[in-house]
Amino acid sequence: MSKTIIDKLWDRHIVVKEENKPDLLYIDLHLIHEVTSPQAFAGLREKNRTVRRPDLCFATMDHNIPTINRFNIKDETSRLQVQTLEKNCEEFGIQLEGLNSGQQGIVHVIGPELGLTLPGKTIVCGDSHTSTHGAFGALSFGIGTSEVEHVLATQTLWQNKPKQMNVKIDGELGFGVTAKDVILWFIAKFGTNVGTGYIIEFSGSTVRKFSMEERMTLCNMSIEAGAKASVVSPDDVTFSYISGKRYAPKDQEFLESCKRWRELRSDENATFDQTIEIDASEIEPMVTWGTTPSMCLPISGVIPAEDSSPSAEEKQSLKNALQYMGFNGNEKIEDIPVQHVFIGSCTNSRLSDLLQASKVVEGKKVHPEVRAIIVPGSQAVKKEAENLGLHQMFIDAGFEWRESGCSMCLGMNDDIVPEGERCASTSNRNFAGRQGKGARTHLVSPIMAAAAALEGKFTDVRSILPKKEQEVDRYAGV
Amino acid sequence: MPGFKTHSGSAAVLDRDHVDTDQIIPKQFLKKIDKAGYGEFLFFDWRYHSNGEENENFELNSPETKEASILVTGKNFGCGSSREHAPWALKDYGFQVIIAESFADIFFNNCVKNGILPIRLSKDEIKTLQKEMSGKLIRTLRVDLDQQQVENEKGEVFHFEFDPYWKKMLLNGWDEISITLQQEASIKKYEDERIVNG
Repeated sequence: MSKTIIDKLWDRHIVVKEENKPDLLYIDLHLIHEVTSPQAFAGLREKNRTVRRPDLCFATMDHNIPTINRFNIKDETSRLQVQTLEKNCEEFGIQLEGLNSGQQGIVHVIGPELGLTLPGKTIVCGDSHTSTHGAFGALSFGIGTSEVEHVLATQTLWQNKPKQMNVKIDGELGFGVTAKDVILWFIAKFGTNVGTGYIIEFSGSTVRKFSMEERMTLCNMSIEAGAKASVVSPDDVTFSYISGKRYAPKDQEFLESCKRWRELRSDENATFDQTIEIDASEIEPMVTWGTTPSMCLPISGVIPAEDSSPSAEEKQSLKNALQYMGFNGNEKIEDIPVQHVFIGSCTNSRLSDLLQASKVVEGKKVHPEVRAIIVPGSQAVKKEAENLGLHQMFIDAGFEWRESGCSMCLGMNDDIVPEGERCASTSNRNFAGRQGKGARTHLVSPIMAAAAALEGKFTDVRSILPKKEQEVDRYAGV
Repeated sequence: MPGFKTHSGSAAVLDRDHVDTDQIIPKQFLKKIDKAGYGEFLFFDWRYHSNGEENENFELNSPETKEASILVTGKNFGCGSSREHAPWALKDYGFQVIIAESFADIFFNNCVKNGILPIRLSKDEIKTLQKEMSGKLIRTLRVDLDQQQVENEKGEVFHFEFDPYWKKMLLNGWDEISITLQQEASIKKYEDERIVNG
């Protein structure tokens, strides 16, 4: 019988399959961070349980970490949370890339760059953006703390198999249009719950041409479409990214692994519960204007008026969003001023993101009304960027160059957007209060964020980006 | 965890779609290392103004809705972050049952694992429930998990779907990890075969 890549990944991990029960799936990699794990470890201790496979767990701290002086966590509860992770990892024998480590970073950035994320694996983490790792052809999804405890104790999870959706993206992306714009466009068009109850396979020629880092951006935000997980079947782009990574198989073992990984693709006649076809050439640089990622328009767009919704419920939600965001309706996206720019997060903080942004800002100056920060996704990304001199380019332009962490994506550390102010952010969620109480978040690509930093308002990056580089650098990444 | 069989209580209405877990419990309250005491932070940014005063216009801030043990809301409730602090806060605040048009997947699982019953009803059914109001509250609803039904004071009955396995777990309040640990032989066998086969 023909199988999708999702069927193949699922079937290979079934430990127990019985009638009227979810399947018991084996988990190959459990990523752990400081915010969603303390109660899970406490639960183990309470019941006198152990971690079944500490060798399949891997921890780092990212959510709370200050990005100026990382060793000076002023907030006492944040500090305790970080210390608790250190203590738990030590007690249960789990590898931790801590504050001192050159490998520390956002968990979804370091998993791939260390070669822990590999095709064919099942990967979980107490974090919804675990979907990121699907870019490698892994079955990868976010879980709650009870499930974190369950995986620690048993290395398995009971899961009902979701439905399957093929999102086929074909065609040439326009100049200045990025993977971020593709996923924002998808969510704007199909909504934040189109993927609920589904695992998505992203397929098609556009996805094939994406670098690994672009695929990660795409899969990262599939949770914003409600999907349980998303996956891209692995190919030569995947293998060349993985080759030589610290924990990836080496030499003969690597070649044999590649052979196996090549089979991880949907069979020709495999059926999906739903298929959505997208023409990539239709997509423009996107900017969110509201309080869900689906409230999103092309840079040329005009914000809807309060009475433009057909139903009473939608009118109310539109009204709430406009009010929170400080709009009357009918404003042009290009007229929106920004006071903050954040380039970072598990969506867009990798080397290629910084490289692309640097091309926009090189030799220019950040607008005097804008505070702009760059938060590399990991210490490794930071170092690599510094080796290329990108940090100096950003600093010369007036950006702040920070240490790695989740930072302003969710503002659990000191990086917060003040009430009523706007931020052009390369992160993934524009929910009310996400970047600070009353903060107004506009999600964009790294190059659109860079353009906004220079102009002090949203600007079509295509008017700034050097034309000679029609093809935005498809750098393979760290 | 005690089992969930039936529950009777009045219901507060949060008539919004896409309520995300950042609204249910904002990030500044995720720094604790235990599971207790999150209720006071539930819907914090909606319940309180920046100056700390209570927002009188927020649906759940009237004295009567504070008595509710069931929350009735719109579609895609609990979307966004996987934070289990969201159901911890809802439960600690006093909600035992959440009735919505739909739930985000991770949030739904997190509810079940904490003994909160998430019930999906259609938009029309939710509208019908909202016809039996007393002030700002829906009059007592009787929820029966075993029968998979919600009954209002008028005697109208609304049936809901629920996964049989998770229903059994919830009804009995079983510890999921204990049950899985009984599968040790199968887990070991899987691991051994994987090492052989790569």
